[in-house]
Amino acid sequence: MKQYLLSVYHVEGEPTPAPEAIQEIFKAVDAVNQEIRDAGAWVFAGGLYPHTSATVVNAKNGEVLMTDGPFPEGKEHIGGFWVIQAKDLDEALAWASKATLACQGPVEVRPFEDEPEA
Amino acid sequence: MVQVPASEIERVFREEYGRAVAVLIRAFGDIDIAEEAVQDAFTVAARRWPDTGLPPSPAGWIITTAKNRAIDRLRLEASLQDRHAQAALLHERREPLDEGPVKDERLRLIFTCCHPALAQSVQVALTLRLLGGLTTTEIARAFVVPEATMAQRIVRAKNKIRDAGIPYRVPDLPDLAGRLRSALAVLYLIFNEGHTASSGDSLIRGDLCAEAIRLTRVLRELMPGEPEVQGLLALMLLTESRRTSRTTSDGEMILLADQDRSRWDQALITEGQAIVRECLRRNRAGPYQVQAAINAVHSDAPSAANTDWRQVVQLYDQLLAFSPTPVVALNRAVAVAEVEGAAAALALVDALELSEYHLYHAIRADLLSRLGRDAEAAQAYDAALAVATNSAERTFLERARRSLHA
Repeated sequence: MKQYLLSVYHVEGEPTPAPEAIQEIFKAVDAVNQEIRDAGAWVFAGGLYPHTSATVVNAKNGEVLMTDGPFPEGKEHIGGFWVIQAKDLDEALAWASKATLACQGPVEVRPFEDEPEA
Repeated sequence: MVQVPASEIERVFREEYGRAVAVLIRAFGDIDIAEEAVQDAFTVAARRWPDTGLPPSPAGWIITTAKNRAIDRLRLEASLQDRHAQAALLHERREPLDEGPVKDERLRLIFTCCHPALAQSVQVALTLRLLGGLTTTEIARAFVVPEATMAQRIVRAKNKIRDAGIPYRVPDLPDLAGRLRSALAVLYLIFNEGHTASSGDSLIRGDLCAEAIRLTRVLRELMPGEPEVQGLLALMLLTESRRTSRTTSDGEMILLADQDRSRWDQALITEGQAIVRECLRRNRAGPYQVQAAINAVHSDAPSAANTDWRQVVQLYDQLLAFSPTPVVALNRAVAVAEVEGAAAALALVDALELSEYHLYHAIRADLLSRLGRDAEAAQAYDAALAVATNSAERTFLERARRSLHA
């Protein structure tokens, strides 16, 4: 089994859905979560507060600097993620397809580095 | 003393490389190990076969030799605590090669190479490399890409296959249709790159067409029940049948209407038409089958004037239903011109938004000149020349534009 990170992206400046639409999304995401658990593919998942709540901590020359706000590169911010386990990329992509339909945002699939075999 | 000419070994290489690599990838779970082992085995073959003659099953010999050499090398590396080698050996023990007739693993490999998680340019390169046995240098030259760029593209793709866990298997039924479409698109793209050279070396490009046809034949052998695979093969064969008559000896383009039809390759036409008839009997039409059928109508006609253009228009109607794109609509308009006249066709063409496409302007120019509107036709040829890149097509367009004043 491999593990995959499924991250949901929000594009800065895109309108936020209406409250009723958000309720729909929550319901759909809950259903996918249940499906992932039932299939035994669940490792961890969570939604994040908006990127304005972020703080960046960065060590330079041994000194730790803190910056208010998200890591500034790019206009896309991670809004939430799943960590799942799957037999191969096809299985992970199948979960990601359900995930993007449920959360109505693009989902990036990335493999975790393999753990050394015991 | 048995004599096996180098060309015979080359033929075996072309025909069996993909199969051997596919089997070895299955055995060791690693593309690089598989490629290296198969290349090793062919090196041994090239040394030995000229004296011993071809073995009864060249593919089986290559696969067995490749596997034994890979195991020898991996054992050595594993004993030096190389974890990668140890993992590959474990994989081999879990999935031993069947004794007896060699199982064909190429279908799995086709779907790996054409996996939608890989960019299409990467799918094309991997397919030619792993299934066609083309070298990185050959692929780079065929696609007019610097060799270093192509090498990097292939390395990155292999790493993604390994790291992301792109599987070596035929997709499950819900995914199969979409994945097959992506594989067929890759094969057709290879063929088209050979056929409508946007630039580059003409000799290698002919090889690309041959390779695309060969791989499509393999796919048909592996998935005989898929009508679109048949359709694509027929489309390629019928298009290929006109190869030598579609350019002058100087490489200038000759339109379908002006081609010497006695030079069309009748063997390819016969085979292509037989497949089209079989597709019609199956009655499970798809875009490649319909395009093949359009080509079959042309192959049947003794001349452009004696072509069943009504049937061509009907087939384009069917194709538009599958692929409602402006390019298909443009091609349909060309057939409409033959049935309803240039004015009707021009009205259809003018409604399309294709100003970046040189053939849009070229077809407009032709229709305008047929209607006696030479000044507008000249402007349209200029617009075509402003976006056309292929030199044979440019020569053709320049000549057509000059002939307007005559």
